[in-house]
Amino acid sequence: MTVKTVIKTSEYHDSVTLMLVAKELTKLPGVQDAAVVMGTDSNKAILDQSGLLTAEAKKATPNDLVIAVKSDGDVDAALAEADTLLAKKQTADSGMEFRPKTVRGAVKGMNDANVAIISIAGRYAADEAWECLKRGLHVLLFSDNVSVEDEVALKKFARDHGLLLMGPGAGTAILNGAALAFANVIPAGPVGIVSAAGTGLQETSTLLGKNGVGITQGIGTGGRDLKKEIGGIMFIEAIKALQDDPDTKVILLVSKPPAPEMAKMVYDQVLKSKKPTVVCLLGGDPKSVVVAPHVYPVTTLEEAGLLAAKLGGAKISDPKDVIAHETVEIKDLAKTLKPKLKADQKYLRGLFSGGTLCYESQVIWRDEYGLEVLSNAPLDHKYDLKDSNKSEKNCCVDLGEEEFTVGRPHPMIDNDLRIRRLLLEAKDPSVAAIMFDVVIGYGAHPDPAAELGDAVRKARELAAKDGREIIFISSVTGTEGDPQGLTRTTQTLKSAGVNVCNSNAAASRLVALMVTR
Amino acid sequence: MSPKINDLFGKPINVVNVGLASMAQPMRDQNIPVVDVDWQPPKEGIVRLHMTKSGVDIDAANAEVCKRIKAARPVLVGMGKAKDVIPGYHDHLILHAGPPITWERMCGPQRAAVIGALVYEGMAKDENEAENMAASGKVEFAPCHHYHSVGPMAGVISPSMPVFIIENKAFGNKAFCTQNEGLGKVLRYGGLGPDVYARLKWMETELYPTLNRALESIPDGIDIKALISQALHMGDECHNRNRAATSLFLRAIGPALARTNKDNEVLAKVIEFIDKNDHFFLNLSMPAGKAALEPAEGVEGSTILTVMARNGTDFGIRMAGMPDKWFTAPAGMVQGLYFPGFSEEDANPDIGDSTITETAGYGGFAMAAAPAIVKFVGGAPSDAIASTMEMYEITFDEHDGFSIPSLNFRGTPLGIDVRKVMETGILPKINTGISHKKPGVGGIGAGILRAPESCFRDAFEAFRKTC
Repeated sequence: MTVKTVIKTSEYHDSVTLMLVAKELTKLPGVQDAAVVMGTDSNKAILDQSGLLTAEAKKATPNDLVIAVKSDGDVDAALAEADTLLAKKQTADSGMEFRPKTVRGAVKGMNDANVAIISIAGRYAADEAWECLKRGLHVLLFSDNVSVEDEVALKKFARDHGLLLMGPGAGTAILNGAALAFANVIPAGPVGIVSAAGTGLQETSTLLGKNGVGITQGIGTGGRDLKKEIGGIMFIEAIKALQDDPDTKVILLVSKPPAPEMAKMVYDQVLKSKKPTVVCLLGGDPKSVVVAPHVYPVTTLEEAGLLAAKLGGAKISDPKDVIAHETVEIKDLAKTLKPKLKADQKYLRGLFSGGTLCYESQVIWRDEYGLEVLSNAPLDHKYDLKDSNKSEKNCCVDLGEEEFTVGRPHPMIDNDLRIRRLLLEAKDPSVAAIMFDVVIGYGAHPDPAAELGDAVRKARELAAKDGREIIFISSVTGTEGDPQGLTRTTQTLKSAGVNVCNSNAAASRLVALMVTR
Repeated sequence: MSPKINDLFGKPINVVNVGLASMAQPMRDQNIPVVDVDWQPPKEGIVRLHMTKSGVDIDAANAEVCKRIKAARPVLVGMGKAKDVIPGYHDHLILHAGPPITWERMCGPQRAAVIGALVYEGMAKDENEAENMAASGKVEFAPCHHYHSVGPMAGVISPSMPVFIIENKAFGNKAFCTQNEGLGKVLRYGGLGPDVYARLKWMETELYPTLNRALESIPDGIDIKALISQALHMGDECHNRNRAATSLFLRAIGPALARTNKDNEVLAKVIEFIDKNDHFFLNLSMPAGKAALEPAEGVEGSTILTVMARNGTDFGIRMAGMPDKWFTAPAGMVQGLYFPGFSEEDANPDIGDSTITETAGYGGFAMAAAPAIVKFVGGAPSDAIASTMEMYEITFDEHDGFSIPSLNFRGTPLGIDVRKVMETGILPKINTGISHKKPGVGGIGAGILRAPESCFRDAFEAFRKTC
């Protein structure tokens, strides 16, 4: 086994290109592991963990490209292949039109530019966000690892200049019908959404879409906005904008439960308008709820989506009745599924790509079924999962958490990690049911159902060899208009033997029934 | 009314994507216009400068500098001999291109031009004596730039040489430059020999009086800015291509030449000389740039260049905010196309004051306007456009007087901002001629190169620490 590194000084490529190259390298004969990364301290730490941090790599600066290969075959051939792959990317670009090197150059070339999407490494992201705001661009800041100080300063500037600063860590927005980053195809309609939770925006907007109701805007603020240290600057500004927007007839607000004073601030703003406003502070303290005729507090994304749909004109019954009816159907389904389980199959496992969906499921399990479910992203730290890589008892894992995504694509883009975990869970004889979310739409994997469906087939075969059957449960966050298609995605999952529910909440209930009496 | 988030609602979304290419794909799939920024991390250790230590808003200072450059109105108002018209000139002064330099450090072609000028002036009887004289310290050397002047290539100006007088009518300042000799074996490229001196003498005794008489009969002079502006629409960038501008100049001065002429054969020779020298206008385009830039010198807190110049040994820059300080680095080698029989083996490093054109917002920065010479930048018109587009990244402004047809008449990139050069790592791209490194041979080709980085880094650091 040899480990060899090549350092290329002052050569920069974006992380996705580098990950793709690294992935190609690991496919070469003899290669055990490979990394192609910029020489930042955090990347060096990753190299160290994988035993790839050679003395040369230690000396690399953040402006240097580090190619590291561990192989029992021809290491030099693998390193040469890295060169070829990196060059291939460059020639693919060279045929293209001129690409500006700075935001300034881009704006000069596109006079009517009005939105910027920033996804560069966090330590550079704030500077570029400033560039964009100062040039009058609204910003979707996808990058993480932006300091609180920077976030506050950027948001105050944005607020004072009538601009949106969505993020950091904002992965979803729909502005004037344009789906930015991870978002679904939702028709135009009367509901305006502000969400401090990315998949929360996707789940509620697709529930609207599934019920034939459209939206004006879907504004994601980033998960930290409603934390005290940020003070909800963008959340409040976005509410104001929708309150002033004549096209928005119904407002839908989504967030994980904020601190009481933050919740109060949100309600204070809500009360400044008479527009019907659905407030979904997922599993929040009911005591923080303000009662007013036009304010509709709810605790799940499902209820939020359905209620906003009804207020927006959907011809559906009262959402509570819809959910009650659906729950009856789920109970019936559960009765047919449960007999397939053996006595010692008593635990549920949740494998999530969407953080807010993971959160909603935990709220439902706790509040409706009294289940104690461990997680790497728990509602309460007493339910901390000791090792995120090792499931125990009832537990669910948010695979979109940073611990899984450093140096690796997000599970909404790349299914590999979830597939491996799913097969691992299937080998556990104590597992009764495995739940996973499938998020489609722009930005997501082009056909997640096909890959996850195959994985489910394999997992069921594994269990069958062991004389067990595992119940697979899922829901699809998406619409018919999404590139992957809601029906097609659902059918693919069903044909693999997955029980597909209408919402993440419904799926959570079904999986809960598999492990409760 | 102050802007509101709601102003965005209902408008078409146009996206700038900074980072992952995969973020732009959904936009393209939805037919939403998106520009991908080819983003690079900033150079390690380069901070973003917004204010000077003394509290001057650098952007505001730079805006003032660009405003002055744009407002300039360089007009050819007359001619005269260097010693008579350049303020402060004296009998033993020889001006040269680029930053200050001693005889010892002068490159071959610049030494040759000094030697040739001393012989031409009759200050030395031959080239040997001239060389001894130049080395003896009896001759004072100074950059053209210290005397409101500019000189192409070796850029040598000696006392009897006739110079064009360009007046910036908006500010009243003047700039000076000699008459252009043509290409090949000529003094400014370091060419020496009887034919070189004979040509210089003819330029002094026939060309100059003829042009000068004509100019004296044009009361308002000839608007050089207008000629540059038109020539940019006719395939010139007014540094490495001056064919259209030279023709325009002949048209502008033609009637006056005819009216003030004393001898038709002399007139014919003058017209022939100008017609056969596509670069005749360069020596008007350059002092026009100098005249436009000088009023910007001394604007406190500005990081815009007012001078970029080379002497074949050093490349030097000066910033508006630190107007007297030269920042230098070794002059680079030109990537060039060569006249038959010559190659890069023969080439002298980068030389000349002609980079005043890029500094003033045309020349190499307007490459997209000059499709006929795209072979210097790669061969295709798209390469020329990319070359100009890149320069917008390091300039503070766009010229409202000069525009580029192929870019929908967008203004040329104006005002090289040292901050932007350092932040982006993009160095100014320069068009230039190439001298033979041996004294006496002359011009051997033309090409392009980038300015050296270290003088920009030094300027950036000095500005950061002292301003």
